[in-house]
Amino acid sequence: MILKPQLKDIKYIGYYLGKITIGVGFTMFVPFIMGLVFGEINPALDFLFSAEIALLCGLILTWVCATDKELNWMQGMVVVSSSWLVAMVLSAIPLFLSGHYKSFLDSCFETMSGFTTTGLTLVQDLDHLSYAHNLWRHLGPFIGGQGIVIIALALFMKGSAASFKMYVGEARDEKILPNVIHTARFIWLISIVYLVIGTLALGIVGMLIGLKPQNAFFHGACVFMAGFDTAGFAPQSQNILYYHSQIFEIVTIVIIIFGSLNFNLHYQFWSGNRKELMRNIETRTFLLSVMFTFFIVTIGLNKLGVYSNALILFRKGFFQLISGHTTTGYMTIYAQQFIKEWGHLALTGIICAMALGGCACSTAGGIKMLRVGIIFKAVRQDIKALVLPDHAIVAQKFHHMKTVFLEDAQARAVLVITMSYITIYVLGALIGVGCGYPVLDSLFESTSAAANVCFSCGITDAGMPTILKVTYIIQMWAGRLEFMSVFALLGFIVAFFKGK
Amino acid sequence: MMMKVHSSWFIVHSILFFLVLCAMLCTPCPGFSQSISSAELINNAKQYDGKLVIYEGEVIGDVMLRGEYAWINVNDEKNAIGIWIKKELIKDIVYTGSYKVGGDLVEITGKFNRSCVEHGGDLDIHAQSITKISSGNKTPHSVNKEEINLILFLSGIITVVFLLRLITKKFKA
Repeated sequence: MILKPQLKDIKYIGYYLGKITIGVGFTMFVPFIMGLVFGEINPALDFLFSAEIALLCGLILTWVCATDKELNWMQGMVVVSSSWLVAMVLSAIPLFLSGHYKSFLDSCFETMSGFTTTGLTLVQDLDHLSYAHNLWRHLGPFIGGQGIVIIALALFMKGSAASFKMYVGEARDEKILPNVIHTARFIWLISIVYLVIGTLALGIVGMLIGLKPQNAFFHGACVFMAGFDTAGFAPQSQNILYYHSQIFEIVTIVIIIFGSLNFNLHYQFWSGNRKELMRNIETRTFLLSVMFTFFIVTIGLNKLGVYSNALILFRKGFFQLISGHTTTGYMTIYAQQFIKEWGHLALTGIICAMALGGCACSTAGGIKMLRVGIIFKAVRQDIKALVLPDHAIVAQKFHHMKTVFLEDAQARAVLVITMSYITIYVLGALIGVGCGYPVLDSLFESTSAAANVCFSCGITDAGMPTILKVTYIIQMWAGRLEFMSVFALLGFIVAFFKGK
Repeated sequence: MMMKVHSSWFIVHSILFFLVLCAMLCTPCPGFSQSISSAELINNAKQYDGKLVIYEGEVIGDVMLRGEYAWINVNDEKNAIGIWIKKELIKDIVYTGSYKVGGDLVEITGKFNRSCVEHGGDLDIHAQSITKISSGNKTPHSVNKEEINLILFLSGIITVVFLLRLITKKFKA
């Protein structure tokens, strides 16, 4: 028998949702100030108006649903998944008011793409978008990459059991520090330190390659935020190709690799444990996986003679590969070139890289290196058990911050998430095919959306069918939250209508 | 006799008209565009690789000076393509497209590269000449008064809700 949620359940959820909504409202003051500084009055007004709507919703929710009770697991998960939907709608208001989106759904697509660090875009005439709106597009990944709930935890909440439930619900099952609030603050601390360093580095390079100082640092901050958070948004329509600079590409590669590493690894590195980087199962799997997928891409490109020499092949091939593998999606080629020039084999290499993704507890999407590593260890354990005598005890261990013995329950949990990812990749591709797109194109775009990558082979466009836009929004949302809190929300809705 | 003179006059004039039409069609000039769109160039990059093309669009973003040359990015409303051009050829470019400015509209004649060997495999055009078709200008953005009224209205509601919250909290305490 399914138990119908009671009014108090909705009240608790509403209260925490309200707090997060207030947080979203306050962040809109950043682009508001930016608009005022650059003399962009209408964009500044768009953000003030949207911030007021968010604050009003948040104030009403926290007032009507006021409580001092702790959340249970179900409620915590529902708060997380629904807060991402609420944040998507509220954050879409200023973008829609900019007049650069054909419909409100398109601006919702853009904000969900930003928050989930996907980076697929439906913006029109990006090259004439205001600084304020452009900053908001890039601030989305910076907030969503670290976690919408994490920002609320770090700023507005005291340490409690509810905090941990929401932290886990946002696909971060690793605590870096014993206290979850301290962990949230640490994640924000390192992100802001890297933001300053990354913006300075890209700003200086930008000036050296001929950008105006004001634009150099603005672009630097935007590219850093979307790069470190593996989103792939850029301030100009040509993405990274706009800069026509190898140095800019190299700095960007360093930033996206940093962003795709586990925050726990950053902590180990900062606290002097540099050996962890070499010993960790994730970094090892990441290295092997990059080498393997790049090998496929190289063979594919070489076979078709896409690039005239090895240096160019490396520059173009490796940039797109590492960008796809870290689920960033920055591009130095045009979207159409993937389909028209790269050929099936190179494209398959990129699809595999996108599907695998970056490290767990990072800003990257995809299945994640920790899971891929564990699956390999589990397969190895099973093969060993088959080969060795029946009475032999086969133990498999791996190193992730500490040496851990692989257990069946752990392997099963990993496989459930991995299967969920593969299912959502295929389902999205089927809907794409149903809308009339070719199979490989549909699989490429679907994997890109669900693994939160940003690569597009040209399907993502304001003119694509509404059902595909909604499908990609759901894929981005479920992929970023790693399914559990989304399943919890679905369960909650079903229980609400069918429960007794 | 009269008929014969008339028909020869008609034939001569028809030939002349045909020749003038052919000359007009063969002479490139601004306003009579022979330019190729960015979508056509990108989608058929192999076909146009190494060929002389005419491409037109709005100069957007920054003019990035690199020694004796510069990079400009030209957008034809579908895509923007990078143009590698001699510094002395861009003296006429005053406005580059952004939120506040509509950029200069230019026509570029140059060599199209699907994967430029000189520039790390970028798809670009090496310009030989540039013609300014029309000058850009500052885009007027008048302040949205309706939005200001809505903001003031919402500010009032937020204040009322905030006060009500405070009052109910005090009563409960």
